[in-house]
Amino acid sequence: MRSHAIRIIARYTIVEALRNRLLWLVAATLAASLVVAGFLQSVTMTESGAIQSAILAAMLRLAAVFIIVSFVVTSMVREANDKGLELILALPLPRASYFFGKLAGFVSVAVVLALLFGLPLALFAPWLQVGVWTASLACELIVMTALSLFCVLSLNQVTSALAAAAGFYVLCRSIGTIQIIAAAPLDPVSGWSTEVIRLGVDGAALLLPHLDRITRTEWLLYAAPDTATMVIALLDTFFYGTLLCGAALFDLYRKNF
Amino acid sequence: MNERPLSHVPGPVLALLTAGLALQLFWHASLGPPKAAAETLSPPPPAMMVRLASLGETVAAAKLLMLQLQAFDYQSGSRVSYQKLDYARVQAWLALILELDPGGQYPLLAASRLYAEVLDEAKQRSMLDFIYVQYLLDPNRRWPWLAHAAFLAKHRLKDIALARKYAAALQQHTTAKDVPAWATTMEIFILEDLNELEAARVMIGGLLASGRITDRGELHFLNGRLEEIEQRMEKGQGGKSTR
Repeated sequence: MRSHAIRIIARYTIVEALRNRLLWLVAATLAASLVVAGFLQSVTMTESGAIQSAILAAMLRLAAVFIIVSFVVTSMVREANDKGLELILALPLPRASYFFGKLAGFVSVAVVLALLFGLPLALFAPWLQVGVWTASLACELIVMTALSLFCVLSLNQVTSALAAAAGFYVLCRSIGTIQIIAAAPLDPVSGWSTEVIRLGVDGAALLLPHLDRITRTEWLLYAAPDTATMVIALLDTFFYGTLLCGAALFDLYRKNF
Repeated sequence: MNERPLSHVPGPVLALLTAGLALQLFWHASLGPPKAAAETLSPPPPAMMVRLASLGETVAAAKLLMLQLQAFDYQSGSRVSYQKLDYARVQAWLALILELDPGGQYPLLAASRLYAEVLDEAKQRSMLDFIYVQYLLDPNRRWPWLAHAAFLAKHRLKDIALARKYAAALQQHTTAKDVPAWATTMEIFILEDLNELEAARVMIGGLLASGRITDRGELHFLNGRLEEIEQRMEKGQGGKSTR
């Protein structure tokens, strides 16, 4: 791998984000979120700060995930349609350099997005808690960035890649609850089908990152998590990121352009 | 675009994929499955927030929330004792679910059949009171749960006055035609247990005169009860009903 090439590809990915007016979209989302916050303040009788933080955090997290996933998918598909990908692969450059260059660029955009989306929450919650939440949002966005890259490299189509990423996100945010519910059916003698479902859910839970464990709104409302919880979130991001990188590279190297 | 053979994948990429998969599986296996702990039952979010988050699918959201609440009762094959749950929070969750899906019966079934049957009297009373309040909001649909609450008050708590309060509410507020007479006439038997024979006699007489009872079997049964009460009153019997 060539670090110089990785840096150049990453830089152009960031330039593309700027030229795509992604910052305008972020600004519009932040403005909308402040309007929602003002509305909430006018309709709540008590705990207005907590309600504003909780609703804004949920909204901003969803918006950030949507923005980064759609940016990664559309950017990669556009590059493939413009034959830019084939041009780069024709250069004496390992495919891994291209992949890591794109990943570094997208991850940089994701981290900036997390920082910008964490800012308005500082109006309603203590700085430390907002900082921890922002860091955890960055972890969640990094996982979703790597996943979107994997989906778009494998599926090549905007619709299917977006659908796969959305399905994955919903599953990862709810897998913990699904696992608890599946672990103990009301009827303990309901038979083999229940056991098969439970094993399937447990298997999926082993493979998927538990995003509900990575970013949690209660950290904004009540108290910042302890160090162990943050370490778990970081390791979840790192391990799953490694797996996604391996899977995406495996797919990229097997492709015949 | 076809696929290149596996030999075109460099060794380090295969190693990265294998290591990533192994790390992920090992990491999650070492963390163990998530468990619901009674103390982690958090306060429910505002109904407005759930409406917003569910994009208007409030009934579906209510059903999912009920399943999630239920997950705090059951974990990994062993039931968490209901007594360990914070009942104020459980009731707040149940009220939220009923607000989102007023037609749903599951929350009140859980309240009357699960949460109200714990061995902690204070928690039992608190849950029965919750059922009573929720019944008053929609008597014709929620009467079965208050009827069960009256049964619990009488036989488990041995609180005849409380049972009478619930039975009286059933008699006064339940007006649907498809409600069986035993539910709306429950107060009569409780009055008999309280030795308030005159009140029981008046109530049966009133019911028969109102025309609300149309089933011949029920009419026959109530007439029999009326005669029995009147005989007991004539004899001046002071003991409790032998029913």
